Amino acid sequence: MEPFVKLEGVVAPLDAVNVDTDMIIPAVYLKSIERTGFGQYLFDRYRYNDDRSENPDFLLNQDAYRNAKILVSGPNFGCGSSREHAPWALEDYGIRCIIAPSFADIFFNNCFKNGVLPLILPEADVRRIMDKAKDNAGFQITVDLEGKQVRDGDEEIVVDFEVDEFRRYCLLNGLDDIGLTLQHEDAIAAFEAR
Amino acid sequence: MAARTMFEKIWDAHVVHEEPGQPSLIYIDLHLVHEVTSPQAFDGLRMAGRQVRRPDLTVATADHNTPTWELTRPIEDQISKAQLDALDRNAAEFNLPFYYDRFSENQGIVHVIGPDLGYTLPGKTVVCGDSHTSTHGALGCFAVGIGTSEVEHVLATQTLRQFKPRTMEVRVDGDLPNGVTAKDIILGIIGHMGVNGGTGHVIEYTGEAIRNLSMDGRMTVCNMSIEGGARAGMIAPDDTTFEYVRTRPYAPKGAELEARIEEWRALPTDSGATYDRTIVINAADLAPFVTWGTKPDMVAQITDRVPDPASFETTAEREAAERALEYMGLEPNQRIEDIRIDRVFLGACTNARIDDLRAAANVIRGRQVSSDVYAMVVPGSARVKAQAEAEGLDQVFKDAGFDWRVAGCSMCLGMNPDILDPGQRCASTSNRNFEGRQGRGGRTHLVSPEMAAAAAIAGHFVDVRDF
Ligand code: SF4
Repeated sequence: MEPFVKLEGVVAPLDAVNVDTDMIIPAVYLKSIERTGFGQYLFDRYRYNDDRSENPDFLLNQDAYRNAKILVSGPNFGCGSSREHAPWALEDYGIRCIIAPSFADIFFNNCFKNGVLPLILPEADVRRIMDKAKDNAGFQITVDLEGKQVRDGDEEIVVDFEVDEFRRYCLLNGLDDIGLTLQHEDAIAAFEAR
Repeated sequence: MAARTMFEKIWDAHVVHEEPGQPSLIYIDLHLVHEVTSPQAFDGLRMAGRQVRRPDLTVATADHNTPTWELTRPIEDQISKAQLDALDRNAAEFNLPFYYDRFSENQGIVHVIGPDLGYTLPGKTVVCGDSHTSTHGALGCFAVGIGTSEVEHVLATQTLRQFKPRTMEVRVDGDLPNGVTAKDIILGIIGHMGVNGGTGHVIEYTGEAIRNLSMDGRMTVCNMSIEGGARAGMIAPDDTTFEYVRTRPYAPKGAELEARIEEWRALPTDSGATYDRTIVINAADLAPFVTWGTKPDMVAQITDRVPDPASFETTAEREAAERALEYMGLEPNQRIEDIRIDRVFLGACTNARIDDLRAAANVIRGRQVSSDVYAMVVPGSARVKAQAEAEGLDQVFKDAGFDWRVAGCSMCLGMNPDILDPGQRCASTSNRNFEGRQGRGGRTHLVSPEMAAAAAIAGHFVDVRDF
């Protein structure tokens, strides 16, 4: 897994509540047995018209946001399915951070396992970033996981944040969970012997 | 020892390792595997040269992609086939003894076969790469949906890293009114608490209305816990649970079972134990529900009307309702009973067990599906299908004009050939009404099996209480 230390990039404002996993990637595209290549189907139903041409109204089809690395959205982002295809699609597209006031549990957890940071900020801060990103095409911010701070170039927005320390440590170092767990092999074997 | 909730007892009994500030390492007693969320996990094992630690605690089946037409007909979708073939190969390569491919008599939706075959038992920790794993909690176990990275983690280590969730009691007091089902209980609960009402919590359902449900009904309730945002749902085991387990083919038997039952009697929440939150619902306030929008908390009673977005308090809610009505092709204040439907889907891990099929058959017996409607029944497993056929239910459905299919997830998520056409409207017994869930542009209304059956006959939603 690629470490996540500091991310600087364009913010795409997806102003919606309860963005669900079927919106992020529809089930018909879950048939691949690979882990990569899902980025082309990210937000498929909104990004493309029925004839597969791009829908110019959709955020990520507008030049200002096409190369976004950060998504800002409303509460309960990622609700629905447990499928990891949702963070895979985001990551594969190039989005490595989602900022929202709250996330669905399983999606939140899945993000960390794939080098994507789901960042919970207070609703008012989310709104400020959202508005800035809407009003200034190409608006960029820096998500500094090491310094636990989000800021824009003019430092008009500077928000300190908290992330669970263990998850932060894994993300900063790109650590594989299984390797960590196997350090407790003795404890697992002892449990099994009970 | 201090009074504990059932969840805390199960959790405490499964902690392998704990360190402050880190997620706990929890032992997993049962890992259910299906073809969609597992190929990348098996690949990960292969790449790292790892084995499946406990094949004997791993049960796999093919359900999401399987076509529901006759088994002799080959799979046309080559990508679906590749995913099913990958599970065949992985099960063989990693020596999984309990793998039920699409031709097996034990095949079915993973959340139907786990309890039905007797793998899911009280007190266990159960995981599956699928959010509706919450279903299994109906037997009094801690069952939680995980992502593919975690599937790989469990395959390799038989453990899961979890931060301890908070607990929440949802109590449904009193007796259910006539014509109100388990599905209506859970739709009512989600309507009440919202799609993120349970986030971060494990819900324990308690109260008289829950106690009086059959095992199949309890599974319907627990199934949709995730639609309220909860990590898991659970119901304390009691004699209903034990009777159910007694007749399961792969459950313990004889003296061993009786000894286990004695242990299970200690599982329910101690009196005096406290939950982090409690919600109380009065069963008398529940009615048959129909969802009108694109999230499971957008529900109305059958006698109600589609809400006017203007009636919502916050801008976000208003906009969400406006968008939902536009997608669903509905007008504010339209009577729910006036909504006409094109399709009926009776199936999915929410409502495709034998009780569900019996209940729906009772509604349609001797009646005819409306000429405007195409209706299908997809039993939850091959065993449910066989049982229904032994009872003659298949004939009741066929006589009424329903299509009778082979088991699988089918039109619950439209990964197999069963999908809605754009704009088509479906009365569905599944659990998600998200945009495009049952096919691009498809419109899903979640209802109970009885309400779906009645709608199939009438061609529009009707109150099953006076049907
Ligand atoms: S029936 Fe639907 S909800 Fe249940 S496991 Fe299958 S796809 Fe998921």
